[in-house]
Amino acid sequence: MHPILTHHRRLALYLLAWLPLAALLRYLMAAVGGMSAADSFVLAFPLCLIYAFICLSAYYSCRATPLDRSTISRIVGTHATGALVASGIWIILAKFLAYSLSRTSTFSDIDSNFGPQIALLLDTGVLFYLLSISLYYVLMAVEASREAEARALQASVLAREAELKALKAQVNPHFLFNSLNSISALTSSNPAKAREMCILLGDFLRRTLGLGEKSAIPLEEELSLVHSFLAVEKVRFGARIQMEENIDKEAMGFPIPPLLLQPLVENAVVHGIAHLVEGGWIRLDVNASDGLLSLVVENLFDPDAPPRRKGGVGLANVRQRLAARYGNRAGFEAKADGERFRVAISIPAEKEGRSS
Amino acid sequence: MSAQRTIRAIIVDDEELARQILCEYLAAHADIEVVAGCANGFEAVKSITEQKPDLVFLDIQMPKLDGFEVLELVGPGTEVVFVTAYDNYAIRAFEVHAVDYLLKPVSAARFEAALERARERLSGKLPHQPLPAAELAAAARPPSQHVERIPVRDGTRVFIIPVAKLDYAEAQDDYVALVSEGKKHLKQQTISSLEAGLDPSRFMRIHRSYIVNLERVARLEPYGKDSHIAVLTNAAQLPVSKSGYARLRAFLDR
Repeated sequence: MHPILTHHRRLALYLLAWLPLAALLRYLMAAVGGMSAADSFVLAFPLCLIYAFICLSAYYSCRATPLDRSTISRIVGTHATGALVASGIWIILAKFLAYSLSRTSTFSDIDSNFGPQIALLLDTGVLFYLLSISLYYVLMAVEASREAEARALQASVLAREAELKALKAQVNPHFLFNSLNSISALTSSNPAKAREMCILLGDFLRRTLGLGEKSAIPLEEELSLVHSFLAVEKVRFGARIQMEENIDKEAMGFPIPPLLLQPLVENAVVHGIAHLVEGGWIRLDVNASDGLLSLVVENLFDPDAPPRRKGGVGLANVRQRLAARYGNRAGFEAKADGERFRVAISIPAEKEGRSS
Repeated sequence: MSAQRTIRAIIVDDEELARQILCEYLAAHADIEVVAGCANGFEAVKSITEQKPDLVFLDIQMPKLDGFEVLELVGPGTEVVFVTAYDNYAIRAFEVHAVDYLLKPVSAARFEAALERARERLSGKLPHQPLPAAELAAAARPPSQHVERIPVRDGTRVFIIPVAKLDYAEAQDDYVALVSEGKKHLKQQTISSLEAGLDPSRFMRIHRSYIVNLERVARLEPYGKDSHIAVLTNAAQLPVSKSGYARLRAFLDR
């Protein structure tokens, strides 16, 4: 889309800007080319109007040769050719206009005085063309920076949205209902255990709700959230959950986005262990090396489990949050392999975390 | 109420504590006897077919089979109260004429109300038309989705046939014979209701009595004067009706 031609206001301003140029041309025609005041006037103003439109086409050659992605020789070559062609066309049109005007009695000697104007028209033509080239490059730069701004804004809105969604999803209501049901069962059969579970559940809820406001927490804190989640689930599932952890001590202090591991472990329970009659293992591996923090959650699952909504609001959310926060510096891979489901995440291991 | 006959009940839930609380609620009722507790779908199908209980308390999300699949396999004849933490299955639950739908955590008062409804149903005060197997099967399928697997029951044993492994299905009176990996499984279902659940881009009704897995069709051969048979990759031969031939031809010529 042409930045000037498609906006009426801009087009009016643009044509207005050509008025002083037309006045300059008129002056030069009279002073340098030796034309009479009236002759130079009727020639210069229509010619500038015409040339204003010819120069609009310069936009397309600017688009085709962006300053940051073209070689110098290509930029110079393109625009020099463009300037010469535009001026050439202009001179021919000027000659035609002068000839037509000379048929009238008022401007009868305009054509005979045209000869000395040719060099002048060539010079001003090239100059005006180059002026409009620089105008378009400025316009393009403004446009690009506005787009970049919009993109950045959009990215930050998306990131915020993903974070908010994560926070909303942080406590799965079914987890809560099932836990309350367990507590309700325990109150009569084992009151002490019921009390313990109330405390475990309270502990988990307090941690999750508190973490929502932070943008990064030490890995250690996330792990302790995972443990407090599993403590509750172990009351429900008993020995069906076997947790194995292999955590690199070096990694403990690194900051990670909150609620990164807990949803993955919850997924492993809900979509994995909950469908296994005898239960199964969940394995958590964390390693820090070469500036990368690698987090792997792996679990057994039943590939023949009853179909349910294909898992992973949790997974999708973690993926989105990683993309929003780290862009392509983060890796996310989730795949099923036989009876194993594995989610592998890698994020930059940065001690100071993100500043916002 | 004391004159009532004993109601035999089965509790199905994969969580022990969840079974425990229902047992506890039921213990207060002398007329109810809990004959079994099951921790997964397979166990549930086995117990229900063996024990023929009057009433089943059924969880929905379970290992092996979900609650609806259990119901599909045991067929009509048992009153069901669903007990689940999920509120989004209520409509499907009433489509299969469940007595009630209880949400966890279950309050004693709400449980008593469900039990009262079950008693009324069982004593015939509330009308109850058992659902045909086909409707049970349809309700067992999540709405607007094609089935990915077909559970079948042979006595008390349950088989799961993933649809990708189904070669073809043949109507046999009130049953369909499902042929998969060289074995034939009988299921009480009409071929039309089976067809309704299958993905039409993968399965085609080629005859009044046959549905074929399109991936298995090797070729079409003329048979007799103007009829055809479909030859499958495992050399099985299926009759093809006139309209079935047109559709299958169009598919193969794509």
